[in-house]
Amino acid sequence: MLSVTEHKEIEFSADLISKFEEIVTRYPEGKQKSALLPVLHLVQAEYGWVSPEAMEKVADFLQIQAIEVYEVATFYTMFFLRPQGKFVLEVCRTGPCCLVGAEKIMTHIEKTLGVKEGEVTADGNFSWRGVECLAACGMAPVLQIGPEYTFYENLTEESVDKLIENLKNKI
Amino acid sequence: MARKLLLENINVPGIHTFDVYRQNGGYRAVEKALKTMTPDAVVEEVKTSGLRGRGGAGFPTGMKWSFLAKPEGRERYLVCNADESEPGTFKDRYLMTHIPHLLIEGMIVASFALGAKTSYIYVRGEMMPQIRILERAIAEAKNAGFLGKNILGSGYDLELYVQPGGGAYICGEETALIESLEGKRGNPRIKPPFPAISGVWACPTVVNNVETIAAVVPIINDGGEEYSKIGNGRSTGTKLISASGNLNKPGVYEIELGLPVEEFIYSEEYCGGIANGKRLKAVVAGGSSVPILPANLILKTINGQPRLMSYESLSDGGFQTGSMLGSGGFIAFDEDQCIVRNTWNFSRFYHHESCGQCSPCREGTGWMEKVLHSLENGHGKMSDIDLLVDVSKKIEGNTICPLGDAAAWPVASAIRHFRDEFEWHVTNPKEVMEHNYGLAKYADPLPKLEEVASQN
Repeated sequence: MLSVTEHKEIEFSADLISKFEEIVTRYPEGKQKSALLPVLHLVQAEYGWVSPEAMEKVADFLQIQAIEVYEVATFYTMFFLRPQGKFVLEVCRTGPCCLVGAEKIMTHIEKTLGVKEGEVTADGNFSWRGVECLAACGMAPVLQIGPEYTFYENLTEESVDKLIENLKNKI
Repeated sequence: MARKLLLENINVPGIHTFDVYRQNGGYRAVEKALKTMTPDAVVEEVKTSGLRGRGGAGFPTGMKWSFLAKPEGRERYLVCNADESEPGTFKDRYLMTHIPHLLIEGMIVASFALGAKTSYIYVRGEMMPQIRILERAIAEAKNAGFLGKNILGSGYDLELYVQPGGGAYICGEETALIESLEGKRGNPRIKPPFPAISGVWACPTVVNNVETIAAVVPIINDGGEEYSKIGNGRSTGTKLISASGNLNKPGVYEIELGLPVEEFIYSEEYCGGIANGKRLKAVVAGGSSVPILPANLILKTINGQPRLMSYESLSDGGFQTGSMLGSGGFIAFDEDQCIVRNTWNFSRFYHHESCGQCSPCREGTGWMEKVLHSLENGHGKMSDIDLLVDVSKKIEGNTICPLGDAAAWPVASAIRHFRDEFEWHVTNPKEVMEHNYGLAKYADPLPKLEEVASQN
C-alpha cells in the first residue's frame, strides 16, 4: 500500500501548521497524539490524499513515531493512501440504500465515468467507490463528495448525470 | 399528535441558531441545573426518569453516570458518541443538523452532573457538515456565556470540543471510540476496567449517545418523574426512530415508547405504509445488527399481542420470535426484496468493519460473506445454510466487543425465519438470477408457538 520508492519532500504551509496548532490545544498537555485524526483530515483536504511523506511530517509535528501515523491512516477508511480524482464520488452501498436502488446508481456511475471502482478517470478529475453506511438511510440512495463531504440524497440516474455535469463545470 | 420532547421545535425557522433556540426556551435546563441543583441532584433526576441509553444497548443512563469514579485530583471526561454508523440509523445526524443546540445544552448539563471540565463530541468523519454546524453552535453558546469559564456565574468551567472520526463503524463501540479519541486505531479494549474507571487517557469517562444526552434537557426542565410517565413500563420517554427502506414516508420520527409497530408503519402520522402499494415482507427494527423479523412476527408477538415499539415488546419472545429496539433503526422490506441478498450485504458490512483483533470475528465475518455470496448467486449447497448457522454461533459471545454478536445475529435470524428462501436459492439456482423469492408465507397469520419451536 505504502510506496517508498519515490520520496518527495513536502512542506506544510504556515496556515496549515497554525490549524494543527489550534487542534493540539483541545487536549491535555502531552496528549497531542489525539490530534492525529483531525490533522490527517486537514492534510487530505489540502493534498487530496495522505502520502507517506505527509505522514512522516505529521509524525514529526505531533512528536510521535511515523508507524503510529501509518497504522492509523491505514485503519480508517476515509484516508486515501494513493492519489484520487479531483472529485471522489462515494456511494453508500449498505442494505437500506440497496433496498431503494443504490446498486443501480453505482452501475450508472461506473458507466458514465467509464472507470471501475477505485480507478481515476484519464483526465484525473473523477474517481468513485462504494462505501459503507453513511447514516442517511431515510434519504437513500446517497453519495458524498469530500473534502467537505457534501451530501447528495434521493439519487436517481438523472440526478447523478446532473451532478456530474455540474462538477465538470467547476473544473 | 404524540408528545414530542426533542423535536418539538424542529420546524421553527432558524432553530439551529443560538438566538432562536434560546427564544424558544433553550438553555433553561443549564440555568436550572447550574443555578439551583447540585451535580448529584442532576444524576438523581436522570435516574428517576428511567432514561436508557439511546445508542443501542439500552443501559440505564443514570446508573451509568453513578458508576463514574471520582478520585481526587484526576480529570473526568464526558464523551458524546456521535459516530452514528449502524445501518438503518440516522437520527443523530438529523438532530445535530437541525437542532444542534439541544445536544450542546445536554452536554453542558451532563458534564456538570459528572464534574467534567472538558468534554468531547466524537462525530464520524463523514459528517463534516455536522461538525461545522456543531462548531458554530459551540462558538455561539460560548459567546453567550454558556461555555467557558464560570458559566452563568456558577463557578463551573467547561470547554467543549468536536472530534472527527475517520470512517470506522467500530468506533461507535465506546472503548474503540476512546482509543480513536486518543489518536489510535479503533480497537476495542478488554473490559474491565470499564471507562467509568479508566477511559480516555486512563481517566474516568462516560460515553453517551447523542440522543441520550439530548434527552437530559427535557428531563431537567420537566423533572425525571414527568419524563418517566411517558412511555410504557421500563421503556420511558420518547425515542427517535430512523425509518428507512420501502416506506412511503421514510425519515426520523419521535415516538412515545409503546407505540404499536403497526401504527408506526401504516398510519399517516408516521411512515404512511409500504411504498408503491406493495406488501410488507420483513422488518429490521433496531439497526442492522438486531434480528430480522418476518412481517407477521413484527406486527404481533408469538402470543398474538400487538407488537409495540418498546425495549420489552420488541424483545418479547427472545431471539426465537423477537428482536430488539436497538438504536431505533427501523428498516422495512417490501415483498420484492431478497432476504438472502440483504443478509449477504449486511455480512459484507460487518466483515468490512471488523477491526481484526479477534479471530472469530475477523475470519468468521469473511466466511459468512463468502458463503452468503455464493448462495445469493445460485452456487450454494444445502449444507451451506447450516454452516452459516455454525459460524455465527462460533462468533457470538467469543469476541472482545459486541461487533461479533452484531455480525452473527442478522445471519442467524435470517436463516431462523427465512430458511425456505435460503433453501430455494439452493434448489433453484437459475431462477435466483432471474427473480426473487417473493412474499411467500411471511405475512401469513402466525404459526403456533410449538411449530416455531420445532423448526429450530
